[in-house]
Amino acid sequence: MNDLIYGIELTITGLLIGSMYSMVALGFVLIFKASSVFNFAQGAMTLFAALTLVGLIPMVGFWVALLLTVGVMGGVAVFAERAIFRPLVGAEPLVIFVATLGLAFILEGSAQIFWGTQPHGLKLGLPVEPLMIGGVFVSMPDFISALAAAFFVILLVLFFHKTRIGLGLRAIADDHVAAQSMGIQLRKVWTIVWVLAGIVALAAGMLWGARIGVHFAMSLIALKALPVLIIGGIESIPGAIVAGLIVGVAEALGEGFIGPLVGGGVQDIMAYLVALLFLMFRPYGLFGEEMIERV
Amino acid sequence: MALPDARTQLPQVLQRDMRYLPGSLDRLALFLLVGFFLLVPPFLGDYWLKGILVPMLILSIAALGLNVLTGYAGLISLGQAAFMAIGAFAGVIAYGRYGIPIPLTLLLAGLTAALVGAVVGTPSLRIKGLYLLVATLAAQFIIVWTIQRVPWIGAASMVTINTPPVFIGAWEIDTALEQYYFSLAVAAVLTLFAWNLTRSRVGRAWMAIRDHDVAARVMGISMLRYKLLAFMVSAFYGGIAGALVVFAWVGAANVQEYELELSIQLLGMIIIGGLGSILGSYLGAAFIALLPIAISIGMHNLYGIVGGEIVSAAVLANAEHVVFGVLIVLFLIFEPLGLAHIWRRFSSRFEFRLGSAVRT
Repeated sequence: MNDLIYGIELTITGLLIGSMYSMVALGFVLIFKASSVFNFAQGAMTLFAALTLVGLIPMVGFWVALLLTVGVMGGVAVFAERAIFRPLVGAEPLVIFVATLGLAFILEGSAQIFWGTQPHGLKLGLPVEPLMIGGVFVSMPDFISALAAAFFVILLVLFFHKTRIGLGLRAIADDHVAAQSMGIQLRKVWTIVWVLAGIVALAAGMLWGARIGVHFAMSLIALKALPVLIIGGIESIPGAIVAGLIVGVAEALGEGFIGPLVGGGVQDIMAYLVALLFLMFRPYGLFGEEMIERV
Repeated sequence: MALPDARTQLPQVLQRDMRYLPGSLDRLALFLLVGFFLLVPPFLGDYWLKGILVPMLILSIAALGLNVLTGYAGLISLGQAAFMAIGAFAGVIAYGRYGIPIPLTLLLAGLTAALVGAVVGTPSLRIKGLYLLVATLAAQFIIVWTIQRVPWIGAASMVTINTPPVFIGAWEIDTALEQYYFSLAVAAVLTLFAWNLTRSRVGRAWMAIRDHDVAARVMGISMLRYKLLAFMVSAFYGGIAGALVVFAWVGAANVQEYELELSIQLLGMIIIGGLGSILGSYLGAAFIALLPIAISIGMHNLYGIVGGEIVSAAVLANAEHVVFGVLIVLFLIFEPLGLAHIWRRFSSRFEFRLGSAVRT
């Protein structure tokens, strides 16, 4: 019975954390769908955004800092699109992926040169008392973060499906030559995609920052999102959401039940173990499209 | 002067292609390089040997292995550092615990890594591109994690395993110079092996797979055999490089040296040096090994000019990251074939001048 309650608690914790994975993974999926760029720098952008935010808060207060950070992330996005990705249009996806590796190093390095390498706390003033629901503990900050993540996810999906810009993004993703001939401006759309990625990074940076503090380890979040994408299928929005939750729960249960047997640290590789299983038995993920190879 | 007819040029071009060293400038350069690596190091201090040349050679071996996989067979991997870790621990256990002679230990380290490499490579038969990349990334994390968790290996986190004094027969390798020549000998053998392998039937099969895997399969090239072989050769080189880290450089196996960042750096080396080029693996490793020194000197001078305080180690490390990232991006955009291609262009232009001078 105790094990059952423990299991339920872990599952809930896993779902709450998983919702944040979903959000980060969704950022990847959106960029991938619109530009088939697989953005390894998403984690570095998260770190960059969070460091900028906590660096600015003491100077100008929270709300102004938030606005400024949005501006900075927009600048970073436009810079990345202009300087790095526009010259690489038409290159192989893997080449562009390696370019995002380069961008990740640039962003991590420059953020830490500018703001220092000390970890910072980020207090959003959220209540900390745990919730008790039927004898099961639920962490309040995790709960609020999960709500915020869910809110962002809904916002992104609505943006993608209901607005004119979102329609343009989907058209470009489908067939960028046809989309361009219909008068959709590829460059403009790509810039928007990158700005969007920057904003997702900021949101993730705030939620994670409030949870674990703002420091270098934050950029590792991109590494958690990669297996999430494989599990869900790279081009699937529902896939990213479901897979994020699966990974969150698998991590929490793995750490709680298997961790004590092997000396902990199970959560570091759980996502990859699950992803490997998928790669072996269902390489295109839960909801991904099976790719057709033409000779 | 009339341009020579392309058809009469073709056999010459082919002949040129089949030689080890296409041009006289290449031969001269190799001669100078070999001379430098054999004769100059005794006159260099320990700092140059231990701080630059030995790590450069070791990283070159690991990069060479990755280049076989990524540059020749077209399979990208973010797991090369994990194979170095396997080699390091296989080596330290074989030599330190069981007293197996060093040459055999190196071979064993390479073979252990190759065996794991074959397992890691199996997904490549079904998936490629980003999917394969995530599989290698998974291998990177899971291998390092497992090394830390299996009690038999004896590397609980934060603990390093030291190696006993390194003997080859009666010759003890303890000075920096001896360690350097030891690394150089291993690197030379492995380089010759890779050089021949990539020019053989196997190398051609890899390049066919890289250029179009479905077409290669239609031509009768076995995906199972050649893709797994590429993974195994790549891991073999990584394993030996890892063992050399223990026996010729650091003197201990520490799992934390083989994190993802090293894998990314190795990938950066072959991009900067030149994909699908043996020379490129060396140029890239040398470039990355010398980069921190160049940056440190550059930063100190910069601060000297603007009159700031002394540069902290953290700032230097981060500046390295920024420069590394910028270089990767610049090479991808402007010189996707890397430093090796710059050299090839330079030497063939030189040959052309020489040739036309002789002809006219």
